[in-house]
Amino acid sequence: MAASREDVKFLSNPKIGLRRKKYCRFRKFGIKHIDYKDSDFLLQFINEQGKLLPRRITGNSLKYQRRVSTAVKRARHLAMLPFVADLMK
Amino acid sequence: MRHYEVTFIVDPVLSGDEVKATAEQVQKELKGFGATIVAVDEVGLRQLAYSINKRSSGVYYTIEFGCDVADWLVKFELNMKRNERLLRFLTVKLDKYGIKYNDDKRNGRIGTKKKKEDTPAVAEAAPEVVPAPEVVDLDAD
Repeated sequence: MAASREDVKFLSNPKIGLRRKKYCRFRKFGIKHIDYKDSDFLLQFINEQGKLLPRRITGNSLKYQRRVSTAVKRARHLAMLPFVADLMK
Repeated sequence: MRHYEVTFIVDPVLSGDEVKATAEQVQKELKGFGATIVAVDEVGLRQLAYSINKRSSGVYYTIEFGCDVADWLVKFELNMKRNERLLRFLTVKLDKYGIKYNDDKRNGRIGTKKKKEDTPAVAEAAPEVVPAPEVVDLDAD
């Protein structure tokens, strides 16, 4: 059984995903309000299918992840972000 | 005074005058309820992320206002719902951070806010540097 390309990559480079110190960008830069109208900013928190990214990927604290979530949902209601998409980025 | 923000989408098939008239009508309604209008932001024609009522674009308006009267919301939203020229609307209550954010955005302080941070090495310009006019650039797809 040949290992898939991704397996080989992972085996040969154990440093993948080890380095970056994750932090909540809202806490760090003191951003208190997340604008639901700012769809360019919110694109950082959704994946190519338009789904919300989990907290462990974005690094947000719980408080701000929830705010991001409501902002994205409001933007979706106002058709600034899609509910379902493909190749969004 | 409680601050609110209403964002609504006007049907794009209407003529420019009718679109403006619709926005004026909403403002008049708000004033009729005793609200003081802080700002009216016409974001303009934008592509919708999905089609609403078979339309693929809409004219976005945002009105920020303050109101201390009770019981205005239900009537206001009912009128918006009945208005056939509006595709969607969303009323949001603004907390103090929201008010400050909108204020900074209007005064152009949002872009410079990042640079005033202690660490100048931070290149995180991504978050706040998108003032309203630039949003229209999405149309240049």
